Amino acid sequence: MKSYAEINEKIKQGKAVVVTAEEIIDLVQEKGYQKAAAEIDVVTTATFGPMCSSGAFLNFGHSDPPIRMSKVSLNNVPAYAGVAAVDAYIGATELSETQGFQYGGAHVIEDLISGKQVELKALSYGTDCYPRKEIHTYITLQDLNQAYLFNPRNVYQNYAAAVNSSSKTIYTYMGTLLPNFGNVTYSTSGELSPLLNDPYYRTIGIGTRIFLGGTVGYVAWEGTQHNPLQKRAENGVPLSSAGTLALIGNLKEMKRDFLRAALFDRYGVTMYVGVGIPIPILDEEMLRFTAISNREIQTTIVDYSVPERSKPNYGLVSYEQLRSGRVTVQGKSVPTAPLSSLYQARRIAAILKEWITLGQFTLTEPVQALPLENKLNSLEIHAKEASQHA
Amino acid sequence: MPKTRIVLSFPPSLTEVPLTYHLVKEFDLAINILKAKITPGEEGKLVIELSNGSEANIQAGIQYIISQGVHVEPIGKEIVWNEAECIHCGACTAVCRSKALTIAAPDWQLSFDKEQCIVCESCVKACPMQIIQATF
Ligand code: SF4
Ligand code: SF4
Repeated sequence: MKSYAEINEKIKQGKAVVVTAEEIIDLVQEKGYQKAAAEIDVVTTATFGPMCSSGAFLNFGHSDPPIRMSKVSLNNVPAYAGVAAVDAYIGATELSETQGFQYGGAHVIEDLISGKQVELKALSYGTDCYPRKEIHTYITLQDLNQAYLFNPRNVYQNYAAAVNSSSKTIYTYMGTLLPNFGNVTYSTSGELSPLLNDPYYRTIGIGTRIFLGGTVGYVAWEGTQHNPLQKRAENGVPLSSAGTLALIGNLKEMKRDFLRAALFDRYGVTMYVGVGIPIPILDEEMLRFTAISNREIQTTIVDYSVPERSKPNYGLVSYEQLRSGRVTVQGKSVPTAPLSSLYQARRIAAILKEWITLGQFTLTEPVQALPLENKLNSLEIHAKEASQHA
Repeated sequence: MPKTRIVLSFPPSLTEVPLTYHLVKEFDLAINILKAKITPGEEGKLVIELSNGSEANIQAGIQYIISQGVHVEPIGKEIVWNEAECIHCGACTAVCRSKALTIAAPDWQLSFDKEQCIVCESCVKACPMQIIQATF
C-alpha cells in the first residue's frame, strides 16, 4: 500500500519509478503482480483521438468605448456569447459561415495556439454602460485575458468499432465506412487508454491533474454522457462506450502538436485532443488494472449504416484482433483501421512519464470520485405533459 | 528498369479486343492492371503499368495501343503525402484498398508505398488533417 503523499515524496526526490501502461504489461510478466506493485509508483496512460465535445472559453478584454458582445464570430466561425460582456465559448465543431466544412471552431483554436491573428467580429444591442454596437478587430492568443480549453466530453472509456453493412459508402465521425463490410474503424488507444486502465475510476476523478494538449490540465467533472453502468467484462472493463471526462486546461500553454483541427469527410469539423493521465499504483489492485493488455479489452462492433439510436451490433472483438489488421465480421474477414493515433498517444505517455520522473509533475488525489451509478438518459419526443400546462 | 503508368480509354467496340495479350506477346512487356472499369458494350477505362521491357519496347507498345483506336494518357496525377503534418491516426488506411497506405505494429506510423498507389484519390478526402493531395 502506498499513499498519494508517499508517491509524491518520491517524485519530488526524483526517485519515483514511472512506466507507461504499455511497458507495465511486460514488467508484470517478468516480476509478477506483487513485486511490480511494490516497485512501481506511477503508470502513465494516454490517448490522442478525435473528440468533438471540445472548445474554449475566451475573454477578450474591454474596448473603449466598451461593448456587451451578443453575437461573436472568430474568423467567421460563430462563438457563443450568451455569457458576460466579453466572454465567449468557441466550440470545436462549429462551422465557418463563409467556408463551411473547410474551417471550424477547432481550426480557430489551432490558429490561436499557432500564434496566428484571428479576426474578431462582434455585435451588440448597446446599453447605457456598454454603448458600442459593433467591433471588428484582430486578436492573438496572448492578447486574451483568459483562454482555457473546457471540453465537456473527452477520453471516452472504450468506444464501439464501426462497420457498414449497406451497399453504399457512408461518411461518419468514425471515418469513411466502405460498403458491404468493407472496413472496420476503431478509435481508442486500447491498453494505453486512460479509463481502460482505471475501470472503476478509483484514481481518476474530479481534480485529477493530467496532460492536456501539451500542458498541465485537470479533470473538471464527469464528462457528458458518462455511462458507468455500461456492460462490463469480468475484469471490470466496459464492453463499449462508458465513462467520460470533462477536462480543463490553459490554452495559452498548449501546443499544436497535441491539439489539431480535423475534418471528417461529409461529417464535419472536430478536434484531435491529446490527453495523458497518470495512475498511482496505490496497491496491487491498481497494478492489476493497469497491467491489462489489448487481448483482455473488448469492444462491440456496431453497424453505422442504420441511422437509428439503437444500431445493430455484430458482437465483441478484442483490441488485439483490431490491431492485427483484420477481424471477422459476419463470417467475413474485414480490414481494420484506427482513427486515434497510437503513435501520438505513446509520445504523450512518454512525455508525462518524463515530467513525473524529473519531479516536475506530482499526482493529485481526486477531490471527488466520478459517479459509478449514472443512468444514461435519451431524448424522447412527445407533447408537453399535462402537469406542465399553465 | 523503366516503368510507365498509363490510363487507357477505349470505345465500346474495342472492349473485347485482347490488347494486353498483344502487349505481352509482341512487345514482351509485363502488365500490371491497377484499375479497371470495363463493361461490355460501354466505354472502358483501364489503368495499367507497363514494365519489364526497354523504354523502346514500352513506347512501341503504347503506339500499338493507340493504333488500335484506344485513347492513351499518362497517369495524370500523383499522390503527395505531407508527412511532417501527419498525426499517424490511420484514418486514410481505412479507404486504401490497394494497401499503398498502411499503419501497423511496431511503430504505428503511417507508411506510404507509392508503387502500390493507383491514384484512386479515396485517401484525399478521408484524411482528417487534409494533408494528402493529388497533384499533376
Ligand atoms: S490514391 Fe490514396 S487511397 Fe488510392 S491507392 Fe493511392 S494511396 Fe491508396
Ligand atoms: S489520415 Fe492523414 S493524418 Fe491520419 S495517418 Fe493518414 S495521412 Fe496521416
